[in-house]
Amino acid sequence: MTVDDRFSPASREPGDDQPPGTRNEIITGPVSDWATDFSHLEPEWSADPYPIQDDLRQRCPIARTERFGGAWLPTRYEDVAAIAYDTERFSSRSIILSNFRPPRELAPIGGSPPISSDPPFHHDARKLLLPAFTRAAVERQEPATRAFCQSLIDAFDGRDVVDAAYDYAQHIPMRVIADMLGFPSEDGPRFREFVENLLEGINLPPDERIERVSRLFDYLFAQVSDHLEHPRADLTTYLINAELYGAKLDPSHVVGTMALLLIAGIDTTWSAIGASLWHLARTPADRERLVAEPALLPTAMEEFLRAFAPVTMARLVRDDMHWHGVDMKADDWILLSFPAANRDPAQFDRAGAVVIDREANRHAAFGLGIHRCVGSHLARMELRVALEVWLERIPAFTLQDPSAVTWAAGQIRGPRHLPLRIR
Amino acid sequence: MNVQIDSECCQGHGRCYDIAPGLFGEDGEGYGRVLGDGLVPAGEEREARLAAANCPERAVTLTEGA
Repeated sequence: MTVDDRFSPASREPGDDQPPGTRNEIITGPVSDWATDFSHLEPEWSADPYPIQDDLRQRCPIARTERFGGAWLPTRYEDVAAIAYDTERFSSRSIILSNFRPPRELAPIGGSPPISSDPPFHHDARKLLLPAFTRAAVERQEPATRAFCQSLIDAFDGRDVVDAAYDYAQHIPMRVIADMLGFPSEDGPRFREFVENLLEGINLPPDERIERVSRLFDYLFAQVSDHLEHPRADLTTYLINAELYGAKLDPSHVVGTMALLLIAGIDTTWSAIGASLWHLARTPADRERLVAEPALLPTAMEEFLRAFAPVTMARLVRDDMHWHGVDMKADDWILLSFPAANRDPAQFDRAGAVVIDREANRHAAFGLGIHRCVGSHLARMELRVALEVWLERIPAFTLQDPSAVTWAAGQIRGPRHLPLRIR
Repeated sequence: MNVQIDSECCQGHGRCYDIAPGLFGEDGEGYGRVLGDGLVPAGEEREARLAAANCPERAVTLTEGA
């Protein structure tokens, strides 16, 4: 057996406290005016961003902030779509808006291909992943996902109040992606820590952020070592053996893609499941109708994805330009809010209402253009199965205490605590 | 009525083959493809219209009267 030395300890870059890139002053605290000082990390936004977005769409459709070293927030569907489609002028080399901009030389690959990649590399890196995430491929995970959802509800036995976000929603995507990557299923709590560090710790001091992110990569390298010793039929072994342009992948590509699959699949789907249950807990008419008409669930689910789209992406402006009425500078961030696009009345009738039998629903919850969420078929399967099992087992439930519901701050929004009375 | 997919626009969201499995399928990478010659059988016009109305990329188009 030949030794794959791409992943030897010596091949890892030495711990560098100051990776190249640009840092800016960290500004936190209450927002003075959302049109000129927005921040998606403040509690007012995470509690309820929709009135803020609706107001901005009316009076300042491309909002600005000097926080994060300068960023723009478009709230109209047409602007969000135009940016998603324009990969020439808007780079994906960092898709999480923070106080650190990676160097321009990181493009077109980025740290976690293909989500962080620009054309032409993006197409080839994405092509490696697509076959594993088709609808037919993810259907193979459905029986195990359904059995796991049943087991989570079995564990509620004897309880009147459960936390649907913490005790149910979060575990489903963690288990599914751990199985697909071939990681130990009991590592779920560690995945939650990685997710929180990467997506919610945006305003931490940079050194602390680097320290936390390196814990994720230590974990992933350990998983790679285990898979090199014990290859098996999973995505980790697939990525280790995958080839691009006639050669095995660069180790940073393998581990960066593993990080993407682990992180991107978890709190996104967790958020979608939780937000759907939150809506049903406070809307008895919709809950009763879905219990009575299970065949409506696929349609209702698309409406939950539209109205409570969990994912906002980021882009970096490539060059100075005047764009749709504003003067953008090179390396300005764009906060690419698919949730705001999904509530634009110019695109959707009754945009602010949840209409569970909405038939024409061209929503952008999974993005638009070449970066369409590669896991969208997996996410839809998990969301459908999670809701089917819940509604079948627990047809009647209400919010135990609306003020106890908490929502994640940052680019991925969904309930993190959702106490529901289930009997 | 005929259905077409513009493969330059399709990004593999899969709304068409979820909504109208008699008219659309997925290829090995998840992109949508038209099954058969794209002629919509009588009785499936509604599914065809819904598939077009739900494509986020506007890649599914209909030709009426064919």
